[in-house]
Amino acid sequence: MVRAAWWLLRRLGFYAVAAWAALTLNFVLPRMMPGDPATALFGRFKGELTPEAMDALRATFGLTDEPLWRQYLGYLGHVAQGDLGVSLAYFPTPTTEVIGAGMGWTIALAGVAVVVAFVLGTGLGAMAAWRRGGPLDTIGPPITALLSSFPYFWLAMLSVYVLAFRLDWFPVRHAYGLNVVPGWSLEFVGSVASHAILPALTMVVASTGGWMLAMRNVSVGTLGEDYVGYALARGLSSRRILVHYVARNAILPNLTGFGMALGFVVSGALLTEVVFSYPGTGYLLLQAVRSQDYPLMQGLFLAITLAVLGANWLADVATVVLDPRTR
Amino acid sequence: MAASSVRSAMWRNGKARVGLVLAGLFLLMAVVGPLVAGDPLAFVGVPHDAPSAVHWLGTTGQGQDVLAQTLVGAGPTLLVALLTGALTVGIGALIGGLAGFLGGRVDDGLSLLMNVFLVMPGLPLMVVLAAWLPTGPVTMVLVLSLTGWAWHARVIRAQSLALRRRDFVVAALMSGERPLRVLVVEVLPNMASLLASSFVGATTYAVGAQVGLEFLGLGDVGAVTWGTNLYWAANDSALLTGAWWTFVPTGLSVALVGFGLTLIGFGLDEVTNPRLSSPRAPGLPVGQPPGSTPVVRRG
Repeated sequence: MVRAAWWLLRRLGFYAVAAWAALTLNFVLPRMMPGDPATALFGRFKGELTPEAMDALRATFGLTDEPLWRQYLGYLGHVAQGDLGVSLAYFPTPTTEVIGAGMGWTIALAGVAVVVAFVLGTGLGAMAAWRRGGPLDTIGPPITALLSSFPYFWLAMLSVYVLAFRLDWFPVRHAYGLNVVPGWSLEFVGSVASHAILPALTMVVASTGGWMLAMRNVSVGTLGEDYVGYALARGLSSRRILVHYVARNAILPNLTGFGMALGFVVSGALLTEVVFSYPGTGYLLLQAVRSQDYPLMQGLFLAITLAVLGANWLADVATVVLDPRTR
Repeated sequence: MAASSVRSAMWRNGKARVGLVLAGLFLLMAVVGPLVAGDPLAFVGVPHDAPSAVHWLGTTGQGQDVLAQTLVGAGPTLLVALLTGALTVGIGALIGGLAGFLGGRVDDGLSLLMNVFLVMPGLPLMVVLAAWLPTGPVTMVLVLSLTGWAWHARVIRAQSLALRRRDFVVAALMSGERPLRVLVVEVLPNMASLLASSFVGATTYAVGAQVGLEFLGLGDVGAVTWGTNLYWAANDSALLTGAWWTFVPTGLSVALVGFGLTLIGFGLDEVTNPRLSSPRAPGLPVGQPPGSTPVVRRG
């Protein structure tokens, strides 16, 4: 137990270093641009900002006349207090508010899609390994290889074209209909659900295969273990062996891979949101870049990174819970 | 295995052969395409004209020839992908090689760096970098390499960690060779097959990531590449007007190149590691997802 806690704490330390790296990148990049970093950050909005707003933004990003290390500490201090400045495109809304709204959509959409894909993929992978050379094992890998060759967002575009535009089964874009009022009404929830199905489906279709292949390959190794042979000899049911003996052990390396793959999932979610004009963090990030709203862009990058790091740590915790050797 | 025997073995391997033919066809298209296509940006017809005898793949929302854009787009896309592949593996070999070869504190520091780059979400990082840097092919290569090297560095680190205890490496060090020279002359050539498959993998990744970034409008939208073709298709609302021909040819090209490169990678792995090609490999997991590189050595 102590060892596990210590390990989790050390992982937390590592994620803190990664978060610090993202923060430092945000600090360094504008200062590497030719000319005044303030112009680089808010130049496009100069005429539209009051002097007071400009000064507040300068303070937030540490753009003072002090030496660089003082600027850096000032910037870190503001971020630590949750002050990421105000969004320029949505002036004067604080960046954190804009990010919070987007984060809700992304976590709901990508979170559900990731969990469904992971559960479905690992299940199918274990089954493919169990019936090695069977139909699932024969058609799964080639289909996965082919699907993963297509650009992810292109598959999303194609599904919008075929399923939403041609067949009119799903809405083409946005998170809810234009004529419904946001709120906890049945109509709104239904509209949100119908708008989320297609983007979530494209993400699930695109990522299930990867989990399946990984799980299949580890399970094939686990099936060769002596304890599986012993369980077979004891006459346990296939289902019991598959779930309790094979899957439970084979899933551990996959959980570690889960953290790694999360970066890809976030990237995929970003592109999906752009294709569907879905108002999550990815869509906002692109809008921020296009309108040169750099405070919002930096805040979103930081928030996305922190979310990924947090999810990684949760995967670590799950590993500790599932793997008795770490306890 | 000598280089010539690898070459003939690659050709005998079914997957690799299909991959080589596919990739070769598209390289040919990249070279010959611009000569036969004419000006891809010229306005040659009405916007969103369906495929016809005049315009085999129809026209874009701007009234440009889709076939010409697809042919001309191959060159810059593949060039950036190949350069990115080379630079990515170069950085990976240098950092991963040094980490595994020197060990100790250098390894701890470099491994931490690799793990930090691995855990950061790639596309958001690319978007932020591309937003600050001036647009163009050079920026594209730099952004893709900077965000993609860590994975290869980790694989190469593991390999050089295994190689550094081998007799010929120890002998070279004992005879007074400088460590960096030993790494470049003795260690890295002995993982040529790993470097080759890393290069293929990095190039595959670069095709997809580059097309993705350009689709988002973060490349040079005035240039004709596969990514900008898709950017303009989406921008001219191809999806809402039903102009499927503006995004299907380019998407299929990207997919076929990616598929071809993946097959070459598979073939390369099978040829250089015979255990993978036998159908009844004794219960060895292939491509097990790795855990994170231990930053602190245990015991």
